[in-house]
Amino acid sequence: MPYDQNPLDYSLLERLTQTFGPSGIEDIVTTAIADEVRPYCDEMKTDTLGNLIAIRRGTGKKIMIAAHVDEIGVMITHIDEKGYLRFAPIGGVSIRELPHRRVLFQNGIMGTIGVEKLEKPIDLKLDKLYLDIGATSREEAKTRVSIGESAVFAGNFTKQGKRMTSKAMDDRVGCFVAIEVLKRLKTDHEVYFVFTVQEEVGVRGAQTAAFALEPDLAIALDVTGTGDTPKAHPMDVKLAHGAAIKVFDRSMITHPKIKAWMAHTAEQHNISYQWEVLEYGGTDSGAIHLSKGGIPSGVISIPTRYIHSPSETVDQGDIEGAVQLLLALLEGPAELSIL
Amino acid sequence: MNNAQQSSAKDFLKRLSENSGVSGYEESLTPLVQAEFHPLADAVYTDALGNIYAHKKGTIGRYKIMLAAHMDEIGLMVKGIEQSGFIRFTTVGGVDQRTLLSQEVIIHGRKPVLGVIGSIPPHLLSDNGEKAVKIDEMGIDVGLPYDKIREVIQVGDIITLRRQCIEMLNQLVAGKSFDDRAGVVVMKICLEELQKIQHAHDVIAVTTTQEELGYRGAITSSYTLNPDLGIAIDVTHALTPDTKGQVDVELGKGPAVAIGPNFHPLVYEELLKSAREWRVPYQIHPVPGRSGTDAWAIQVTQAGVPTGLVSIPLRYMHTTVETIDMRDIVHTGKLLAYFIAGLPEDLEGKICY
Amino acid sequence: MLLKTLTQLNGTSGAEQEIRKILTEQLKPYVNSIHTDKIGNLIVHKNSLTVGPKVMIAAHMDEVALMITAITSEGFLKFKPVGGIDSRILVSKPVQINALLGVIGAKAIHLQKPKEREQALKIEQLYIDIGATAKEEAEKHVKIGDYAYFYTETEPLGEGYWKGKAFDDRVGCTLLTELLKKDYPLNLIGAFTVQEEVGLRGATIAAYHVQPDLAIILEGTVSAHMMEVEEGAWVTEPGKGPALSIMDRATLYQPKLLQQVIELAEKNGIPYQFRKGHSGGNDAGSIHLSREGIPTLAISVPCRYIHSTASVMAEADLQNALALVDAILKSIPNEFKF
Repeated sequence: MPYDQNPLDYSLLERLTQTFGPSGIEDIVTTAIADEVRPYCDEMKTDTLGNLIAIRRGTGKKIMIAAHVDEIGVMITHIDEKGYLRFAPIGGVSIRELPHRRVLFQNGIMGTIGVEKLEKPIDLKLDKLYLDIGATSREEAKTRVSIGESAVFAGNFTKQGKRMTSKAMDDRVGCFVAIEVLKRLKTDHEVYFVFTVQEEVGVRGAQTAAFALEPDLAIALDVTGTGDTPKAHPMDVKLAHGAAIKVFDRSMITHPKIKAWMAHTAEQHNISYQWEVLEYGGTDSGAIHLSKGGIPSGVISIPTRYIHSPSETVDQGDIEGAVQLLLALLEGPAELSIL
Repeated sequence: MNNAQQSSAKDFLKRLSENSGVSGYEESLTPLVQAEFHPLADAVYTDALGNIYAHKKGTIGRYKIMLAAHMDEIGLMVKGIEQSGFIRFTTVGGVDQRTLLSQEVIIHGRKPVLGVIGSIPPHLLSDNGEKAVKIDEMGIDVGLPYDKIREVIQVGDIITLRRQCIEMLNQLVAGKSFDDRAGVVVMKICLEELQKIQHAHDVIAVTTTQEELGYRGAITSSYTLNPDLGIAIDVTHALTPDTKGQVDVELGKGPAVAIGPNFHPLVYEELLKSAREWRVPYQIHPVPGRSGTDAWAIQVTQAGVPTGLVSIPLRYMHTTVETIDMRDIVHTGKLLAYFIAGLPEDLEGKICY
Repeated sequence: MLLKTLTQLNGTSGAEQEIRKILTEQLKPYVNSIHTDKIGNLIVHKNSLTVGPKVMIAAHMDEVALMITAITSEGFLKFKPVGGIDSRILVSKPVQINALLGVIGAKAIHLQKPKEREQALKIEQLYIDIGATAKEEAEKHVKIGDYAYFYTETEPLGEGYWKGKAFDDRVGCTLLTELLKKDYPLNLIGAFTVQEEVGLRGATIAAYHVQPDLAIILEGTVSAHMMEVEEGAWVTEPGKGPALSIMDRATLYQPKLLQQVIELAEKNGIPYQFRKGHSGGNDAGSIHLSREGIPTLAISVPCRYIHSTASVMAEADLQNALALVDAILKSIPNEFKF
């Protein structure tokens, strides 16, 4: 039984989700992660784009684990005379869900998204939205924020039974799984835990990291949608039914041998899993598997409801399943005929 | 025209077409392609994404010419299994939902399972048949109860559209996945021709994977090869009554040689020169931007690759009745062979701007 | 297998000759006489009995198809449906015309605007490609008025199911042929009718000249048993036994006949279901109104995706339909009253 039964440290997950880290400004999150994992790795470095790479030296396969640290948010593009701000989205932000959400800047300033008078609901476009930070003039606003500054959506962390809800579960929960695995991992493989940047704006950090590391094999950790809520878009993934093994998304179709490897490992260790067929979106492995001459890649996903909202909701059992599965994969031989 | 060559090409095309190889799941085609290329090449090998390379050495071998034709096809994937015994699915690649009703499929579960994509009887539709049926409203009928389905089929299983090739008048053939297995047949003909003609440069015919999902196989295989010149072979739309004004290339009038920013002007010129010199019929295929083919990936590989595109005219692309003229396939293969054999020894000097 | 043989033949309304030929060959050794009437119905007299009840069992030979209505200057064929065909099932399918194969293609998805994909392709937008390069060449092989048929192999599907074309109503022809190979002590007449799909036209004539005391119609009928359809709208469900018609757009079936069929089914342990749904119709519609009126039953095999290139039916329903009609015939005249 490879899994250390010590309970996972969910206060760490809470801290990670509440840390400020929109795409492009991930250093607070990576610093927090670096402090957490330092005792458990042989070496650590940060690359040009800001990816944090924690290395476990070994003599076996060279394996890259990727979880992205960035979260979606908004960036200030204009401040008007009366002190209202206009903004642009960072990453996959659904405009029609924005009215009256709160955002937080790095310096703690809070803003509320307001909406102009609309003739018809369909008129709700980005240019009808503004940010109200309580300033009464351009000058006053400028003392608090500046053009080009980013903010993230506010959404505190709550735990009710086995369910946890917060902003930025996407993908701090993936980072959390990577950290908890790193703490428990005993393996001969050379494992690179890469906490990637700028996933939400086009898997950019993973692309350069994979090129630099040139691993034999890569596994990304990210969230995926579910189809288990009332009248949801049909999707077979359900919360609390185990970690999901990705088969397909818009960025990658998983090699059948990778699928089989992950599923067999899960079955051998009695870890429940689900198959993930995601009809939209992609993740870090989309960039990694096309790096150089091609890198066999897989994804372990954590089923998550309400992705890209301040109330991303996950289940404790699925997180523990993901930790167990990744440990089992990394502690096994990882012998694949496609490597 | 050499009829033996054309009929063996047709036989290879049929075997490729009636086999399954949806993007990412091309492995079932590998033995077939390898066996066919093995006698024509010095080495045949594969890589992590499943691309198959057939390497034929040239007399000098200082430069590498990459040919690329993709073997993957569009298809479907199991998304869910309903208690009522119907299977929900999503698409892999650009599938037109309007081509799916009443279509037979093979679900690649623990064993292959035949299915029919069910359609709601017209008398239950309120819209008088004006609207296309959406994929979410379709289900695959496999004639099995739920429990039996669960024993053989899982979410994530790949599904191929099923179609036997049919022969029509004037050496036309119709079937599925001629996009781009016809291109694979072209590469075979090209290598056959190169057995007879001397060529200075190495030729690596790459049967690529995952083109339909964004030429992913071409991205990695061209990185691996880092060729000095690359030619993608794909299909292009041929004129039909409903594409007038949108399409200029015609069936049966020879390979379509592409011109545009995706292609090196000298590669284009040389292809045309070879066609004229060897009396191969050809058509000009203007592509003002993104070509949507492996050529788009090959051109921007590493420090850049001078790239060309030669296309086989084809009607009804991405349906299961893609229609092609066998003579166009043979002509395309021959044109490529003449082009390769005609390239100067000093390739680098030739292709610099 | 007879079902496979019959469904892979081609014969639409008004062009049933191939079916007639094979049925005649099949039945000749077993029956007293076979003749074709003036509209093309194949009338089969099982025996020479002239006393006792006269029972006619009818199944129609024709299937839905496409009629070639024009040939374009480029050599493509335009067509109209013979019988009820949803044009949406035609796209991306091969068809057979005379000795040729052709395809019904569609404009490639790459050349469409996203909105086009939401709209069904209408029959006027479709055409058949046989590979001809010009009208003159096409005309050597195809004439206006020729028929194009679905090109589908009849094959087993899953466990106990079949998929194929023309189950409506070669399944009825199959049943009727099997019944005519058996012996019953009554004046049994098989009527393989024509032109059902264009308005129950052959049956009108058959019933008039046969003048039976009881008519039984054997059909392949609609099943809307589909994921997206509510249970109440299924009409029939494959695998749950032959469907007894209660009412359709053309006929109200006599309760006293139905009651006797139900009793026979239950006594013999034969599963059955009711054909729930009042739309559609079959040859019963014209037969039960023939002359002074004829007691009529309709017994059907449920088919999903009827009138399409690939229908699905359960083999058990076929067997149970055969057993049910067999039980009815055996109980005439002593038990079964009409």
